[in-house]
Amino acid sequence: MYAIATTLVLLLIGVFFGTRAEKKHVAYLALREEELSHIIVTNLKSVPDGFGTPELVTGSTVIAFDYFRRFIARIVMLVGGRITMYETMLDRARRQALVRLLEDAERRGAKAVHNIRFEFSRVGSSSQQAQVGGGAELFAYGTAVK
Amino acid sequence: MILSNLETVPGRDIVDYKGLVQGNTVRAKHVGRDIMAGLKNIVGGELVGYTELLDEARSEATSRMVAEASAMGANAVVNVRFSTSAITQGASELYVYGTAVVIS
Repeated sequence: MYAIATTLVLLLIGVFFGTRAEKKHVAYLALREEELSHIIVTNLKSVPDGFGTPELVTGSTVIAFDYFRRFIARIVMLVGGRITMYETMLDRARRQALVRLLEDAERRGAKAVHNIRFEFSRVGSSSQQAQVGGGAELFAYGTAVK
Repeated sequence: MILSNLETVPGRDIVDYKGLVQGNTVRAKHVGRDIMAGLKNIVGGELVGYTELLDEARSEATSRMVAEASAMGANAVVNVRFSTSAITQGASELYVYGTAVVIS
């Protein structure tokens, strides 16, 4: 009985704060992406000459796999299919990492960032322990030119 | 020292290859950060402590790579790649590698 009550309380907290935070974050990302849209972003390896000294720029974020999402994911895993909640979470995290990379590029006065790479890695627990939480890091890096 | 994850340095010629250089560091999180992370695991969101920790660790790995490159007499590292792996629960290895070159 207590276990069910705890689960419900944790779920409600997760839904309430999670949804609110997600809305705020999406609005923030849209704003920052608009402000940083003057920087050209590519994942091309070859860059034409004459843009000055290239510099390595990075951006990263670590996200938590929260209780609510893990709960829903466990249910979805019974039948298979899309886990939309993880999709939006990873998408937001990747955009956040890219925004930080672009902020780094802007500080260095760059006009473009080339050869962007994204990397994903688990933090705090290995993939076998994914159901007990932990987080994941989304890391982006690229070469900024003026 | 010029760092780039391109295979060349645009506008410059590579005159000498010095070889592969690398830097790594293994970091464990501490208890305080873990407690905060535990809370975040209920409501979700960014684990700011971890983000900072990994940023610090990555710049340390990079500075080790740069030190190795300058010891070889290189003035640039091209085709830099980053890699991260969770070794055990609570510890991550940050690894960075690239090719040390001399550019004109």
